Amino acid sequence: MTPRDPDLWQHIGAKLLAAVFEPECLDRCIAVFHRWIQQDACEELLIDVADYRHLRLGPGVILVGHEANYSLDRSLGRPGLLYNRKTALAGTFETKLIHSLRQAYRAARRLEEEQELKGLLRFDYLRWEILCNDRLLAPNCEASWATLEKRLRDLFAACCTGYGGALRLERVGGPRDLLRAAVTLPPAENPAAILDHFLGALP
Amino acid sequence: MKASNDLWRETLLPQLTPHLAREIAEFEDAITLRKQGRLSEKVFTEIRLRRGCYGQRYDNGQRHDGIRLRTLRYPCGDLLKGVNTVWDAPGMQRIKVPFGGLKAEQLDVVADLAEEYADGVVHVTTRQDFQLHYVHLDDTPTIMRRLAAVGITTREACGNTVRNVTACALAGICRDEVFDVTPYAKACAYFLLGHPDCQNFGRKFKIAFAGCADKPCALARIHDVGLIARLGNVNGRTVPGFEVLVGGGLGPVPYQAKVFSEFLPWEELLPTLQAIARVFAAQGEKRNRNRARLKFLVEKLGLDEFRQAVWRERATLPSQAARLPPLHEVEQPPQPHPIPSRALAPQIRETDPEYRAWLARNVYPQRQPGYVAVTVALPLGDISAEQLRGLADVVRRYTPDTVRTTIEQNFLIRWVPAHALPQIYGDLRRFSLADPLAGTIADITACPGTDTCKLGICSSRGLARELSLRLSAILDSLPPAVDALSIKVSGCFNSCAQHHVADIGFYGVSRNRSGHAVPHFQVLLGGDRRGNARSYGLAIAAVPSKNVPAALDRILRAYAAERNEDESFPDFVRRKGKVAFRELIGDLCQVPPRELEPAYYIDWADARPFSTEDLGVGECAGEVVTGVEFQLARCERLILDAQAQLDTGRLPQASHDAYRAMLDAAQALLESLGVKCSSDESIIEGFQKELYDTKLIFDPFVGSTFADYLLKAWQNRDRLADEEDTRRLLSEAQLFLDACHACYARILGGRGTTGKTAEDAR
Ligand code: SF4
Repeated sequence: MTPRDPDLWQHIGAKLLAAVFEPECLDRCIAVFHRWIQQDACEELLIDVADYRHLRLGPGVILVGHEANYSLDRSLGRPGLLYNRKTALAGTFETKLIHSLRQAYRAARRLEEEQELKGLLRFDYLRWEILCNDRLLAPNCEASWATLEKRLRDLFAACCTGYGGALRLERVGGPRDLLRAAVTLPPAENPAAILDHFLGALP
Repeated sequence: MKASNDLWRETLLPQLTPHLAREIAEFEDAITLRKQGRLSEKVFTEIRLRRGCYGQRYDNGQRHDGIRLRTLRYPCGDLLKGVNTVWDAPGMQRIKVPFGGLKAEQLDVVADLAEEYADGVVHVTTRQDFQLHYVHLDDTPTIMRRLAAVGITTREACGNTVRNVTACALAGICRDEVFDVTPYAKACAYFLLGHPDCQNFGRKFKIAFAGCADKPCALARIHDVGLIARLGNVNGRTVPGFEVLVGGGLGPVPYQAKVFSEFLPWEELLPTLQAIARVFAAQGEKRNRNRARLKFLVEKLGLDEFRQAVWRERATLPSQAARLPPLHEVEQPPQPHPIPSRALAPQIRETDPEYRAWLARNVYPQRQPGYVAVTVALPLGDISAEQLRGLADVVRRYTPDTVRTTIEQNFLIRWVPAHALPQIYGDLRRFSLADPLAGTIADITACPGTDTCKLGICSSRGLARELSLRLSAILDSLPPAVDALSIKVSGCFNSCAQHHVADIGFYGVSRNRSGHAVPHFQVLLGGDRRGNARSYGLAIAAVPSKNVPAALDRILRAYAAERNEDESFPDFVRRKGKVAFRELIGDLCQVPPRELEPAYYIDWADARPFSTEDLGVGECAGEVVTGVEFQLARCERLILDAQAQLDTGRLPQASHDAYRAMLDAAQALLESLGVKCSSDESIIEGFQKELYDTKLIFDPFVGSTFADYLLKAWQNRDRLADEEDTRRLLSEAQLFLDACHACYARILGGRGTTGKTAEDAR
């Protein structure tokens, strides 16, 4: 399959990997996600909570929304918070990616603040995964990867500006998995502040 | 929803047979017509159900969030995909897997679909199907195309149709079977798929094939038609055939199937099933859904009269033997498969206790020496996309590309060389697919329940998960007789988890305590799966959900302590009696006040106070939609096609489609009056006599105007039309079709079963 122009890619997901992910956090986040629905805590239309705690490699617990799902995800053995975009967005690849990064980042910060999850869940704001959930628009092939790598490098370079260090990008998963990149930002004293600045400053 | 749906249509077109491509395109047309308001909610519901697109909880756009009932404001606004079913609300896509048989490539595709269109999880059902949840209806044609490209259909997975044809997962490798029923199940599934005699049922119709009479692998007795392999004597020759059972079924009132025929030779299988389908379509109940299954017809007619009706139909049908495989073709084992020298995962030690437990529980030595079948026990019947791809790899590496789903919601990997067991175990474990639980009490069957089912009362999956966790932890200490018991949990009385035939079954009910709803499970004991499900369990008492683990614990302890030597659980239950069990768990039926124990008022795996306000209306099978309504819906699609032809300048084709739509609509009306037409001339003749001269088709306001359009089109049928004429013909065809909908409503005496009412047609 030939990849399309990355600006036509849709359903770009962003996963923020966890630094601490105690199994109990999955049990506790069910109540948290139900509360988020009551509070309209996200800008998406939130529908329900899907419980897949029994799958050790899988989506964990999902806050199902219309435009996107949020999940405490355990796929590929790499636990984290996944923002999985379902409806299409207008704009360039970067616009869509930044939207997903922002949504994942906000949700992660909020989760860390939840009383029930204190000590059970903490995120590593330097480690992300970016995935393209459409095998036709963004097939997992060399050409797509080359494109994705370049666009990610350019975008995240802006994020790293000013505090140095090398950005690491890796292709993750097997050939039949979705096109997926692991992004590791250079070490920083206060990565959340950098992301605050980066995501806040971007259009 | 997916941005790539149009691209998939183009990309996959060369890979689909013209027939499948057309079928799916027709479904896509129905979606368009519904969006334009040209198909009624009722007709569209049955059309989508027949493509396996089912409703899901909260799809009426309402959900109780624990504080209040909220309206879910989807972008689609008022657009509905069924009665009170919001277009944008997520739904379930059921995928038919005849006899559970699959290849690795198919697993890969289903995994991709789960990831791209659903929530990343594939659910295996108790009827060997797959289900994807949280699917948007707009994505379903793409899902169907991607499945069709690897030989899978979703056709007739739901609705009033012949559902997935199931069979023992061990068929062909079983040590006890009479013969391999697989080819018969397959032939039956594809013979009845889309068969004209199976389009006019009042309810669903389920068929199961069993390779022997004694074992519980196919549960033939709980099906509308159960077929048990037998050898019989025909003219001094031993031939394969089937014991035929009819009228079984679970649901709120379970029925045991009755013996229709002790022995039916194999050549008679398909015409006999066709004859049963005809009798069911002709005489089965259509108005009252609750009495419309085959079991009620058999009861109403009596077995003898039902049998006579079937044999009379059979006498009018040709043999279909050529579609069936003779026995000698059935028993061929596949070619031996070269085993890779290296496992995907590191080698495991054969003394590893987990591995030993897995060997004992999950591995079945096949009839064919040197081969084993391996069960992958799925928790709650679920497998993630990532795991499913892992399973596909294992299937490719170790078998001649064959795997089956089971009615216990697991996978069975067949034809694994016995010497490769340590390797395959290691590879399965890498994907968390080697839990040593197969066939144990912790391998619990559960329906979707309140997680996704509109009819669910309680969280069957929440309870099943809880019980499974507790039982897995103590499994090694349980006596073997307890270890092998079966537990099945349904979210309501409809019995989708088949709780009636479990040793220990549960189904969800709601009870009130001081004005507050409390989730409960009714406990059923002693269902007997042996002999293809020979008896159903006894209802003992309704226990609050949170007390079910304690109740189960007492029941298991009683069995372990008080059973006679070799006494089965069903026998133990019968000996002890219902009263004794009720006493045993009676105190656990009490519900403490909410102020003291609020947890009793919240269901498993939920955080909201328990409520039944989210209960919806089931779509288990849609309302009965008549053949006439389907025919009129097809005519709507023809007009849509005509418009597309006109838009691309193909005038003759556009005129032809519009004209055909008018004639077919007239024919449908005539059929509803019992007039059969074999040619276009006879349609016009019948139309003139039965509908025009009687003024039945006339509009109350404009009289014969719309009816005249057909007669005019008939007169001009050979004339070449220019663009303006064609455009006019299309408009007239649409008006004529509207008049047909209105006329059909009048024929039915305004009972409102038509796709459109006279008012709609205006
Ligand atoms: S048993 Fe009830 S809750 Fe479970 S799937 Fe069937 S209808 Fe739904």
